[in-house]
Amino acid sequence: MLIWMMILMPVMAGLLSWVIRGFVARSILLVVTASVHAGLVGWVWTQPLTPEAHAWLGIDALSLLFLSVTSGLFLVVAVYSVGYLRREAVHRVERDFEEGVLFSNAPEARFVGCLLLFLASMTLVLVSRHLGLLWMAVEATTLASAPLIGFHRHHRSLEATWKYLLICSVGIALALLGNFFFAVAASHSEQTVHLTLSTLLSHAPALNTTWLKAGFLLCLVGYGTKMGLVPMHTWLPDAHSEAPSAVSALLSGALLNCAFMGILRSHSVMVAAHLGRFSGDLLVGFGLLSIGVAAALMIVQTDYKRMLAYSSVEHMGILALGVGLGGVAGYGAMLHTVNHSVTKALLFLCAGNILAAYQTKEIQGTSALIKRLPVTAVFWLIGILAITGSPPFGLFLSELTILKGAVQTGHWISAGLYLLGLGMVFVVMMRAVLAMVFGPAPSETIMQTEPPDSVWPLLALVAVVLGLGLMVPAGLDRVLHAAATCGGML
Amino acid sequence: MYYVTGLSHVFLAMTLSPLLLGIINRVKARFAGRRGQPLCQLYYDLFKLLRKGAVYSRTTTWVFRIGPMGTLAAVVMALLFVPLTGFGACVSFSGDLLLMAYLLGVGRFLTVLAAMDTGSAFEGLGASREVFFSALTEPSLILALAALCKLTGQLSLEGMYGTLAMAGTAPMVLPLVSAVMMIVLLAENARMPVDDPNTHLELTMIHEVMVLDHSGPDLAMIQYGAAIKLWIFSALLVGVLIPIRTGMVVVDGLIGLVGIGVIAVVVGIMESTMARLRLLHVPQLLSIGLVLSLVSLILVMR
Amino acid sequence: MATWMDVTAVLVILLNLRLLCTSRLGTCIQTVAQQAVLLGLIAFLQHGSDLGVELILIVLSSVAIKAGLLPWLLFRSLRQCNTSREVVPFVGFSLSGLIGLAMLAVCFSMADRLALSELPCQTLLIATGLFTIVTGLFLIVSRKKAITQVLGYLVMENGIWAFGIAFALQEPLLVEMGVLLDVLVGVFVMGITINHINREFDHIDTDQLSVLRD
Repeated sequence: MLIWMMILMPVMAGLLSWVIRGFVARSILLVVTASVHAGLVGWVWTQPLTPEAHAWLGIDALSLLFLSVTSGLFLVVAVYSVGYLRREAVHRVERDFEEGVLFSNAPEARFVGCLLLFLASMTLVLVSRHLGLLWMAVEATTLASAPLIGFHRHHRSLEATWKYLLICSVGIALALLGNFFFAVAASHSEQTVHLTLSTLLSHAPALNTTWLKAGFLLCLVGYGTKMGLVPMHTWLPDAHSEAPSAVSALLSGALLNCAFMGILRSHSVMVAAHLGRFSGDLLVGFGLLSIGVAAALMIVQTDYKRMLAYSSVEHMGILALGVGLGGVAGYGAMLHTVNHSVTKALLFLCAGNILAAYQTKEIQGTSALIKRLPVTAVFWLIGILAITGSPPFGLFLSELTILKGAVQTGHWISAGLYLLGLGMVFVVMMRAVLAMVFGPAPSETIMQTEPPDSVWPLLALVAVVLGLGLMVPAGLDRVLHAAATCGGML
Repeated sequence: MYYVTGLSHVFLAMTLSPLLLGIINRVKARFAGRRGQPLCQLYYDLFKLLRKGAVYSRTTTWVFRIGPMGTLAAVVMALLFVPLTGFGACVSFSGDLLLMAYLLGVGRFLTVLAAMDTGSAFEGLGASREVFFSALTEPSLILALAALCKLTGQLSLEGMYGTLAMAGTAPMVLPLVSAVMMIVLLAENARMPVDDPNTHLELTMIHEVMVLDHSGPDLAMIQYGAAIKLWIFSALLVGVLIPIRTGMVVVDGLIGLVGIGVIAVVVGIMESTMARLRLLHVPQLLSIGLVLSLVSLILVMR
Repeated sequence: MATWMDVTAVLVILLNLRLLCTSRLGTCIQTVAQQAVLLGLIAFLQHGSDLGVELILIVLSSVAIKAGLLPWLLFRSLRQCNTSREVVPFVGFSLSGLIGLAMLAVCFSMADRLALSELPCQTLLIATGLFTIVTGLFLIVSRKKAITQVLGYLVMENGIWAFGIAFALQEPLLVEMGVLLDVLVGVFVMGITINHINREFDHIDTDQLSVLRD
């Protein structure tokens, strides 16, 4: 019942927001829905997590973890978007700062509506326990987020939207084929096996191995496209950099996790079928490849939002590495999802402020942040320090745990490559950020000051990033362990 | 017994093939609302040409003189291998399908040589087009016949067509091979939509322009050879379209002859209803034939 | 029954080849619609006498959407874009056809290995499904216009459906409907995006959408 409310409420709110006129009413609807959703998720924390067998919808520890992150981020983004939309609505037609072409934004009713539908589809991904339903919901997230990416209707964002739509749809179609392979593997055994998780997990050892392996590979490639694993990541830098910053925060922080959920569910089936080595090795391979390529490509970036997007690719690689290694590294990966989502959202929202103030996405073009936008500059610095893995922030703990897992299980080469990638990213990002925050003032004077409602929603994110670095609360620790077990890592 | 039926097939082919062109022309005329030429018009033309003398250009050599004779000889030799339902082929051995296809190729080669021997630009134009198109139809024909080989397990035309009725099941292979044979028939015999036999503009001719300079008995030999070639391709097509065998020679033979007549009528209908393709699109039609023959081969080989 | 399914499967293969070799956009869209109809026919023929209400509903709605609604949407998008009705390829048409044939041979050899040897015509259906998926991917990669990429995606979905039919996979009604709905909304959103692209760029040539790169 609760789950139905969590899904249907944003859907109805989204449809309603297309109908409501008036910016104030729509903003209230957005924030209220986000708060109620967050409240519902918070209430689930107090309940025991026992999803029914053979149910298509259910919340287990993994779902709860990802749901809390998604819901929390959405609340922050919702509050931030109200201010953002108010500032955007000042101009009817804007001039694109890179090409100088005039463009207009999509109607903001569409923005708010799609945002709410996006929340609904992400919730559906996270609570579904049937692989077919999961697939459907992942495709729905693609379709709900595409109009959001194309909010500014200028050349680059349309190009990014098209690439996003096409590449992700094709990738997800491959995941559908993977689902079919699982179904064929399931049809080999005597009883009728449905694609519900509980049935698959209980019958897993009896399923046909070859078909399971092929199905997992297809699911990995398919959902990995949506997650941003190399070499299927080509849409990610474009989409995450051209979308409005609030949307980028959600895409990087919440949507990549949803795609990761698809991979985790398949991986748990493989582990239950005693094929954990196979799927784990594949995950480690893709993970290391993502870390390496993202670190290499980050060196040549001149656009700070694109740099953040490549950082997302790298962290998705770290997640895949952690899950593939299993054990302690799996626990670290679960912690890392929380840390990364919160930090990346913080970074993208700061980037949005910087973009609004400096009107350029070039790293060279923004400097002396500390003088112009002091609070944003501090948050930006904190965020970059956190995302590169410096103590005392949360990512340091989670990355260290993954490293510990790698070393403990004897994966020396993986550990070495992992450290190399992290080191490269640290150097590149710090070099860029220090120039941005402390450099000399740019030649043109920027008129805008720092609007307060673009800053105070970020406080909560900073608090979480700092807090998780200092201590992991016992309740969270319990859920993390349970989540790692659900995902087949422990 | 076998040779008797084979020889009678050859005899029938050599006497009845000019009738095919008459049927085609009659059908075209009917479509145009006219009464049309008599069915035996080509016979009258051939006799008329045989009685005339040949005129040879001063720029031509002995190649030009032996061209028509060589072509006719090659085509008649190819006829010896072609079976018709019930009749069977006159001569048959393993692998004779390649010999037949390439005898037709030799015939075409000699015609092309004779055309180029005249030294005229128009004949060269027609020759180059003809050779280009045959480069695309030859693999289609060979691959289609190869598909039939794989289907029946026989390597001779006689064997293939004889056992086609009891061949193994492979879906849709026979319709695909028939489609390929039809395309090859239209291309090799210079019918629409590949070539217009009635055009009087040299720039648009393909086959007609190659034989522009022949006269008298040479022209008669070329036209007769073209008629026999049409018979050969029709017989191959009939064998694939109607693979049944009742076991009685006369009935099967009649079915075969009627089938060839029907194919002639169909060619006439196609000539009347289709326009000639642009020269750039003809290779596309021929590649469709190639693609279809490859598909039929893949379907048989799986 | 088996031979009719075989014939229909070969017709689907021929339609794929037609997709690879044709240069007219209208023909491409109609071919995808015809493919959906033929696949629906195979789905019906496969079950013979035991047709459940669910199956009838699924097949009818699939055919209605994929052969009726989606081509209508695509044609409407074409008309709004005011673009030339030609397919603009990276790889020429004859070469596409030959590559398609090579892929067909590979798909047949793979289908031989994948078949579970329970149904006699399963190999052909698996090969058809695989070939359709590969054709869809090839169309996406080798054609420039955005509409042909949407068509490639639809062909891929057709192929995955054919693959499911080959193994007689009976997904629950809700999932099948969900997949259909996703495809429908997906093409709808893609059509709207193509419209926006056309308004901004005055063309729908994705080859020229190359500003964003590293």
